[in-house]
Amino acid sequence: MPGMIRRIVAASAVVCVFAGVVADVFAQSTADEIAKYRDALQDGNPAELWEARGEEMWKTPRGPKHVAFASCDLGQGAGVVKGAYAQLPRYFADAGRVMDLETRLVWCMVNQQGYTHADATKTVFGNGSAKRSDLEALAAYVTSRSQGVKMNVPLDEPHVHDMYALGEKMFYYRGGTHDFACATCHGDDGKRIRLQDLPNLTKVEGAQKAYTTWPAYRVSQGELRTFQWRLNDCFRQQRFPELVFGSDASIALTAYLAGRANGAEYRGPAIKR
Amino acid sequence: MDHDRRDALRRGGGLTLLTLVAAAGWLPRGAAAETWNKDAFSTKSLDETMKALRGSAPVASKDIVFFSTPDIAENGAVVPIGITSNVPKTESIAILVEKNPNMLSAVFDVPAGTEPSLSTRIKMGQTSNVYALVKADGKYFVNSKEIKVTLGGCGG
Amino acid sequence: MADPMKIRANVVGDSTEVKVLMSHEMETGQRKDAQGKVIPAWFIQNVRVVHNDKVVLAAQWGPSVAKNPFLSFKFKGGAKGDKIRITWVDNHNDTRTDEATIA
Repeated sequence: MPGMIRRIVAASAVVCVFAGVVADVFAQSTADEIAKYRDALQDGNPAELWEARGEEMWKTPRGPKHVAFASCDLGQGAGVVKGAYAQLPRYFADAGRVMDLETRLVWCMVNQQGYTHADATKTVFGNGSAKRSDLEALAAYVTSRSQGVKMNVPLDEPHVHDMYALGEKMFYYRGGTHDFACATCHGDDGKRIRLQDLPNLTKVEGAQKAYTTWPAYRVSQGELRTFQWRLNDCFRQQRFPELVFGSDASIALTAYLAGRANGAEYRGPAIKR
Repeated sequence: MDHDRRDALRRGGGLTLLTLVAAAGWLPRGAAAETWNKDAFSTKSLDETMKALRGSAPVASKDIVFFSTPDIAENGAVVPIGITSNVPKTESIAILVEKNPNMLSAVFDVPAGTEPSLSTRIKMGQTSNVYALVKADGKYFVNSKEIKVTLGGCGG
Repeated sequence: MADPMKIRANVVGDSTEVKVLMSHEMETGQRKDAQGKVIPAWFIQNVRVVHNDKVVLAAQWGPSVAKNPFLSFKFKGGAKGDKIRITWVDNHNDTRTDEATIA
């Protein structure tokens, strides 16, 4: 009977709308509570422990040559830390390469302090007291000295410009066993992995918010994670081949995302779930 | 930072740490050696905890307030907890998590002159009631709050 | 060797607000490593905050205090330039004491 069917359809439509409202209200209150949780963590970010260790390391002569980072030029002159991260990656003539912060730190450790490349990079992506990472501590210190500084990656510089263009190409390049690109997860609003909202990095606001809050202390891991780690782990999740630490591929992607964050105040190291 | 003192501690060998700490003048005069109530930190229920603390059953009290303590923790590895006790003559504040393997998380002795209000961060294995247990004038008081724990996404 | 604590102590009204971060694994003793072996518990058991030879806070902690612990509280009195001293002792009898100047 058409009348009865109409009534049933109408009734279930009401139920659906109602359920939808309840779900929205629930989702909203959950989101609000998680926002409160994140707020409550802001005061007292353990990243400060990494910053303090990094500062000590920065100022202490190190390595076989017993040289301090005072001779390390992050782009603002030898030993200058303040504001340096906001203008990285950049081209370094002495190395003949565009470098991000971590790659530049390794370069200084190898070329000025006398470490081998293997020694300089053996503790990247730390793991508790079993594998305490010096580079993460140094990165935490250097980045903390760009807090409040506007991102200003020198995109007009031809080498940086080329790396930015390559990074953009990589961002949209689909590959791997799952035919993924970075853009698959980070190219639209409202995407999630389970409960985690993913930033839309194709929008300037999305790229700014994401880039300016790395490095971050990850409460789920109890570790300070840098942007090299962030990209490395995205590659793992995409089932791509491993992104080699300090490779041109990692620097190109960093140049692209850092460049898109230009104009935004740097706010790290942050604290994230 | 005082390297010499710490080096002295390392060389200490046979002497107990606290003797050395006391000898080095780090502890205030007359302070007792540190104690750690192993029994209280091994309990599975509030009753057992009260027994280990040699306390009577706590009275429910709205004078104990949670602040900056979210209803939902995005990650159980770090759950911010803030507790203020408005119970007069508060002597200590403890944090207990009902569904953790051992209930008691922390006990803070609050001497006169220190505000009976503090915040810290704990670990929670799953969604659970969290108790704020206050000792005041020799008696125990308690308030509780449920905190939901979501485990978040995969790896990254 | 344990890393230094990060201590902030500021005069707020007639109180001193203390905020401290400690570098410690706070291993629960509940977790297993990749080989299935239990990772032994390793955690701070006692914390003591001293101002002018007076204990202003003493705590006993279990392994369920979060890794890299954070603690914030206030005590009455305390003037700019005064020192506060914080000591922790863990279940391996390792210890660390750091001082901070009230600002």
